[in-house]
Amino acid sequence: MSDNGTFKPVIVGFLCNWCSYRAADLAGTSRMGYPSTLRDIRIMCTGRLDPTFVLRALQKGADGVLIMGCHPGQCHYQEGNYKAIRRFALLRRTLRQMGIEDERVQLHWASAAEGVRFAETVARVTKEITALGPLDWTHNIPNEDPYAEEEAHV
Amino acid sequence: MSKPKLALYWASSCGGCEIAVLSLHEKILDVAAAFDIVFWPCVMDFKYADVEAMEDGEIDVCLFNGAIRNDENAHLAHLLRKKSKVLVAFGACAFGGSMPGLANFADREQIFDFVYKESPSTVNPDGVVPQKISNVDEGELTLPTFWNTVKTLAQVVPVDYYLPGCPPEASSIEIAVNAIVTGQLPPPGSVIGPEVTVCDECSRTKSEKKIKRFYRPQEIIPNDEECLLEQGLFCAGIATRAGCGALCPSVGMGCRGCYGPNEGVIDHGAKLLTGIASVLDANTPEEVDAILDTLPDPAGYFYRFHLPDSLLRRKARKNGQKLIESAAEPA
Ligand code: FES
Repeated sequence: MSDNGTFKPVIVGFLCNWCSYRAADLAGTSRMGYPSTLRDIRIMCTGRLDPTFVLRALQKGADGVLIMGCHPGQCHYQEGNYKAIRRFALLRRTLRQMGIEDERVQLHWASAAEGVRFAETVARVTKEITALGPLDWTHNIPNEDPYAEEEAHV
Repeated sequence: MSKPKLALYWASSCGGCEIAVLSLHEKILDVAAAFDIVFWPCVMDFKYADVEAMEDGEIDVCLFNGAIRNDENAHLAHLLRKKSKVLVAFGACAFGGSMPGLANFADREQIFDFVYKESPSTVNPDGVVPQKISNVDEGELTLPTFWNTVKTLAQVVPVDYYLPGCPPEASSIEIAVNAIVTGQLPPPGSVIGPEVTVCDECSRTKSEKKIKRFYRPQEIIPNDEECLLEQGLFCAGIATRAGCGALCPSVGMGCRGCYGPNEGVIDHGAKLLTGIASVLDANTPEEVDAILDTLPDPAGYFYRFHLPDSLLRRKARKNGQKLIESAAEPA
């Protein structure tokens, strides 16, 4: 939530070191404006993205996840983003079954030269997730155990 | 010296774990010789009051099977935790939620509506549904409250050891019983089992895995030599803990994943997803989607035994939350 009470999503960004993280840098050094919703985490390659990271982010309170890397064919490790494409497609279908909307977890590309594209992507994704409202995952699992002194820590 | 006291209990389970204990065959006599069985509702006539009357920590080892999905399950979990020195989550339900845990893809209301009203085999014109309290001539009867979200044993009380499997194989139970009898137990919190995957125990030949589509088990007869995944059959062996001897793959059925995540894995489904994604022979989202259209219900495959134990633990709840329809597509 932002200060004036309107919903401002928390989006965890996983950006590959060689393209999208540099695109973010470029957007910053060029003083481009975009919403301050992204908490970016640098990973070496989108191929390094374990779906566990995405699930953990959502479970811990993120409203969405934005994964960004090099354009197909331009991955620093040749194949990493193709692996990401396969994994992401399967993750998306799995998340749908968990009742999580497609817009909340997205995969996009931006090269090191595409600061504008990076900023526009963050803005668009932010808008889409804002429209959905908070995910608030922990809210799905209230304590139902009358014998628990407190909710067991898991 | 008196024998150590053993308790066995079933919460939300099918009874298969009880049968697994009996499938120790003549070794069950060793168990009976080594332990004094003080509570085993499936086999002997004990009452909950007998357990309540015990001293705290009086039971040396409790093998607890079944998930926790209602007040009665929770009551016994807390009670047996208090009365037991060592509490073992026995089998996939107590460990990861397993089959009962698949209820976490639905709500209590959805389950009750289907079971008591909508299922094709239900005839219930008067709409009779179970009530928490019913008054009969003999007095008031109560049923335990049914939860919205199925939990694992460890999500309700602290657990000392985990024994995976649906049900645990006799060989796995033997290893656990021997460890307990000889006092050579791993550090508390451990899963009793090997730290490799089912593929390590599977004798099929493995080469590069690249597939253009999945087949369901009824669609093809796999050959006896090659890896089932390479033949297009879903197999969870790549990300599932060994210990079963690769029983299912050895008879042409892909591993379902009942031994759960391997050591150090946080979310079994995420690891399975990664493994399965890596065999898709496709480079564009369209090609990938065409292959995935032949794999209906991916979440059901990935979380068959460990949904309550996963990071998200359940589907978003219908009440109070915007929901989209299930993505499971018919094959
Ligand atoms: S290095 Fe950028 S996607 Fe692989």
